[in-house]
Amino acid sequence: MMQDLLHSEPGLLNFGIVFAGAVLLLFVILGFVTYGILAERKVLGFMQSRHGPNQVGGPWGLLQTVADVLKLLLKEDTIPKLADRPIYIIAPVIAFAPSFMVMAVVPLTDKLQFADVGVGLLYYIAVTGLTTIGMLMGGWASNNKFALLGGMRAAAQMISYEIPLVMSVVGIVLLTGSMNLNDIVAAQENLWYIIMQPIAFIVFFIAATAELNRVPFDLAEAENELIAGFHVEYSGFRWAMFMLAEYVYMFAMASLITVLFLGGWLPLFSFLDFIPGAVWFALKFSAVIWVLIWFRATFPRMRPDQLMEMCWKVLLPIAIANIFLTAIVKEILNLF
Amino acid sequence: MELLNLYQNNYLVVFVFLCLGILLPVVALFFAKLLRPSNPFDEKLTTYESGNEPFHDARVQFNVRYYIFALLFVIFDVETVFLYPWAVAYEKLGIFALIEMSIFVFMLLIGLAYAWKKKVLKWI
Repeated sequence: MMQDLLHSEPGLLNFGIVFAGAVLLLFVILGFVTYGILAERKVLGFMQSRHGPNQVGGPWGLLQTVADVLKLLLKEDTIPKLADRPIYIIAPVIAFAPSFMVMAVVPLTDKLQFADVGVGLLYYIAVTGLTTIGMLMGGWASNNKFALLGGMRAAAQMISYEIPLVMSVVGIVLLTGSMNLNDIVAAQENLWYIIMQPIAFIVFFIAATAELNRVPFDLAEAENELIAGFHVEYSGFRWAMFMLAEYVYMFAMASLITVLFLGGWLPLFSFLDFIPGAVWFALKFSAVIWVLIWFRATFPRMRPDQLMEMCWKVLLPIAIANIFLTAIVKEILNLF
Repeated sequence: MELLNLYQNNYLVVFVFLCLGILLPVVALFFAKLLRPSNPFDEKLTTYESGNEPFHDARVQFNVRYYIFALLFVIFDVETVFLYPWAVAYEKLGIFALIEMSIFVFMLLIGLAYAWKKKVLKWI
């Protein structure tokens, strides 16, 4: 249906249909965030031999996050006197908007997708970069030493890790011959890119964890040295917007990893294709999310100098080498 | 015409997502404003500094390394923008483009090695 819509004459009706669909997707993502946070707390709890949330909403704590959101909604909103008011107010919006915008190009299944942009991958990477500005603005506007340090660290980390992130995907573009995410999934019909591009996958996964500001790379909001980093002065729903952006990015990045490396909605073996694509996508997506939570329970936080040096001295050379390795192997395969 | 429609529709979708991305925080904050209490007083509005009396301005001179990393980022990001079209068209360009691109990347790597040797990449 979406394909017909994309090929028809643009108009107000199309706008309305797409708007309704996007609102639906937004609610799906909000549902994911609600239960993603709960899953994270629960899994972390089990990994540390604790129970995790188990009071609100039955033994599984099913309403815990809902209660947390309601509490945040009723929290008083303070803006420090010394803060730069207009920038302080728009920073959460700038941090959140791109996190939802990237979902426009990520195909969830062959039917369930929105835009089919030819430069999908490039669009994703370009738009994620904008969140850095939101974080830096939040840190700067707060006029707080912890916040400014956190904002600066976030910016330095995110721009550094964007390079290996982008470079590692060039190998995939090389093999596919397209930046369209649908074409990339179609090219994995026989063999997933995680097997064809294992080096790229490892580099991408490390860089993605750093881009998401998650443990072991959560220096921007290191609780025990910077209190909460760039959002230390934010409270109530403004703070919730930063948190929401973080988890929506987690959704988007896990979807992107599924599409790029794990074959998107394609089944594991071709005889299993009676199971719908959406189920396959959900399974692979959940596996990626689970690994991210597992990381959080396993690795200690890195030091800022180790973090920056690992990016420029280890990941970047590996990512560049991978590009040329892929190109040379492709040339050799063409000879036969 | 068909392709033009596809192109326009694609970016219409992107625009819808942008609108929603801005609308959600605005609407949520509006409803929060109706619900939340507001009782500001001077002590509450001071800057948070772990309980100490806040002193000086937070916006001080910052370590220059952040800007050097930003410069490095710009150089390598422009390189990737150049790598992407090359990768897409690689099938048609063949081995000659591979040699050309390796010379280009090699020159950039000399720059990285120079920065490395000058200890720019070392974070103190």
